[in-house]
Amino acid sequence: MLMNRRLALAAGALLCATTALVSVTPSFAQTPRDTVVMAKQIDDIISLDPAEVFEFSGSEVTGNIYDRLVNYDVNDPSKIVGQLAESWTASADGMTYTFKLRPNVKFHSGNAVTSADVVYSFQRAVTLNKSPGFIITQFGINKDNVLETVKAVDPLTVTITVNKPYATSFFLNCMTSDVAAIVDSKIVQANVKDNDFGNEWMKRNSAGSGAYILRGWRANEQYALEANPSWIGGAPKTRRVIVRHVPELASQRLLLEKGDVDYARNLLKDQLTPVSQNKDLAVSQGDKGYILYLGLNTKNPNLAKPEVREALKWLTDYEAIERNITQGTYATHQSFLPKGFLGAITDKPYKYDVAKAKALLEKAGLKDGFSVTMDVRNASPFTDIAQALQAQWAAAGIKLELLPGEGRATLTKYRARTHDIFIGQWGPDYLDPHTNAETFAINESNADDARSKTLAWRNAWDIPEMTKKTLANVLERDTEKRKAVYEELQREHQKTSPFVIISQQIEVVASRKNVTGFRIGPSSSGNYYWNIVKG
Amino acid sequence: MADRRAFSLARSFGREITTVVVTFLGLLAVTFFIARVMPVDPVLAVVGDRAPADVYERARLELGLDKPLLVQFWIYLQKVFSGDFGKSVLTSNPVLVDIKRVFPATLELATLGTLIGITLGIPLGVLAATRQGRWPDHVARFIGLFGYSVPIFWLGLMGLLLFYAKLGWVSGPGRIGVSYQDFIEPITGVLLIDCALNGDWDAFRNAASHLILPSACLGLFSTAYISRMTRSFMIQELQQQYITTARVKGMSEARVIWRHGLRNAMVPLLTVIALSYANLLEGSVLTETVFAWPGLGRYITNSLLSADMNAVLGGTIVVGAIFVGINLLTDLMGRLLDPRAR
Repeated sequence: MLMNRRLALAAGALLCATTALVSVTPSFAQTPRDTVVMAKQIDDIISLDPAEVFEFSGSEVTGNIYDRLVNYDVNDPSKIVGQLAESWTASADGMTYTFKLRPNVKFHSGNAVTSADVVYSFQRAVTLNKSPGFIITQFGINKDNVLETVKAVDPLTVTITVNKPYATSFFLNCMTSDVAAIVDSKIVQANVKDNDFGNEWMKRNSAGSGAYILRGWRANEQYALEANPSWIGGAPKTRRVIVRHVPELASQRLLLEKGDVDYARNLLKDQLTPVSQNKDLAVSQGDKGYILYLGLNTKNPNLAKPEVREALKWLTDYEAIERNITQGTYATHQSFLPKGFLGAITDKPYKYDVAKAKALLEKAGLKDGFSVTMDVRNASPFTDIAQALQAQWAAAGIKLELLPGEGRATLTKYRARTHDIFIGQWGPDYLDPHTNAETFAINESNADDARSKTLAWRNAWDIPEMTKKTLANVLERDTEKRKAVYEELQREHQKTSPFVIISQQIEVVASRKNVTGFRIGPSSSGNYYWNIVKG
Repeated sequence: MADRRAFSLARSFGREITTVVVTFLGLLAVTFFIARVMPVDPVLAVVGDRAPADVYERARLELGLDKPLLVQFWIYLQKVFSGDFGKSVLTSNPVLVDIKRVFPATLELATLGTLIGITLGIPLGVLAATRQGRWPDHVARFIGLFGYSVPIFWLGLMGLLLFYAKLGWVSGPGRIGVSYQDFIEPITGVLLIDCALNGDWDAFRNAASHLILPSACLGLFSTAYISRMTRSFMIQELQQQYITTARVKGMSEARVIWRHGLRNAMVPLLTVIALSYANLLEGSVLTETVFAWPGLGRYITNSLLSADMNAVLGGTIVVGAIFVGINLLTDLMGRLLDPRAR
């Protein structure tokens, strides 16, 4: 008994002591001057190996760690500039590209960047052949022929031979992806286990030449980067960048307002309004490649009717969705190429028009509407948009039943083509129009066991003609002509496709006013930290 | 005499062990099969949505998903019993390494929360029982009602808004300030203890100021639960004849209540406290989300939502072990505390 009382007393005393200690502690409101801290949702990172990374947050990290042969111009994403390559030429037949490397460039380890590193980087990317591997293998470079197709001519010259005379813009655009990043072959080789090309080690370590060096990543917790003072682009202005996983958006906002973080990366409309009114904070934004769309499964007999699909495009109130739900995070956009891509069009043929939709439904023999389901992942803004659509479509008698589910569960269903309607978003895999054209406008086989499960396939949209035209366009070496074909394709797609394309994402970044210079790129790997400076 | 007692103790211990083993096997089987019938494709967690067909197929074979379900379960059991819980797909760490990292965070939170619950809840419950219908009872009822009915999500955010954003008394979400992160050498994984062992009192204060608010949130719930239960157990005890006897013998009222009444109420109360502690140890997903606390609850939930089955199964086994362990411990302590069991 005595023991118990003592224990209780001790516990009480400890509690009081802790409280007393804490209450006299001033909170540490400012982050260190040479360090930038971000609050962000980073739970999608599964690997930081550039040959494997394919997630938004992971790609942002590798974008800051690794250099590529060529990259896009930060001031004009439609232009390609040399990064590790000083210059490049394409052979007359369009099959061989020769890259000249910049001399005296060093990896973080101090090793020189040579053509051998380029060959090794491509070899490991196509041999590992992880999710993004196809970006390179689609040029006919695979694990069996990589040493013949990617060759070191001398220490500073590399040639890459492709299997078809592809459009130069297509090839170079693909070379800006993470998977084409150049890694330090000596460091990676020293960490190889069981012929894994260092994949296991590279998931959580870095061996690059880019602006930042990885100093640690703890899944669902944080990652830390340190500046590489001898980067070819010049020393980054901020020595350390720490990104902490803060899942709750209201918490992100509080941390930013208190100055415990310099950036809050995932704020939505609810948090952005007060943040933009706060004089200590600033909000900036840039176009992102992600397209928000509805996929209408044409296996559903009603959705198979072209009139019904068109009617749904007229029944969607794009303007109201943007105004009430997505303002500041998504802007209305109605074609499959995001703004900023080669050939992207900004036509917006559809607006909310119930009369037109009703006429179309009547033509399809569905004068009184019909019932249909929509799979919605439990996340903002999908649920909100789906609910808005439910109300908008009811005006023409369409009963929309929402089936909420977790992201991967709805996706599993979508990939099995057992949905009616799916609301989702699609982000480009690389900065070339083909990435979206391929998924929205190619369906090589509409069979249930088809090899390639493009979005067109997932909605059982059988389009042999459009597939042919889209495929032929990657070989169009005249950039102007190539652009014109993409424009045509999008216009036709707008009319006939089973996709209601609603909007394009805008990435919004909220920051402390004294911290500037974060660059929002057209893809996650173009979100650069090196220009960030703390005033 | 002593021999027989030791023998019966050993026998009941053996029974406990059998129960534990059977419970575990059942737990493994149920989790495994639920995971497999869930309408989520685990391959997606490995390769992402946009992987080409051959990459997808290769990953499916690597996961052994082409084999019959029972074979998969058998392989899994063999691995678990050889101490291999597999690797988490999301973090690419062995599951045990992950759990070693996230569990101390939860342990810290849950322990402090329960301590708060015990220190406030028991006296509150006793007061409420002895002064039924008077103001201490009303206060206890109010706290109980508040603790039960207010969503922790809201409470956490409001707490942050008041104590962190407005008053600046405590630190915000996260376990420790950025300037201390990675400078504390992990020894036990429990940050407060590690800071103390490192002798870094600045870091200790910082960690404590991060810890106090989330643990107070959990503590409120714990207090609500424990005080309600204490009240009802005490009311029962105080109606017993031995209490009357004690009063007749002329003992002071305080002694009657605290020494005799509470002493006997402690036995069932212990189970209540243990259960509430075990619940908190399981990880409070919402609290951990609001406070960006890298704990067990969020780890398991994240893994579950991404169909990262190794992590889910590993986490479930740990939670199972905690429950079983705490139950065993409570039984033991109950025997020690219960005057009749001596």
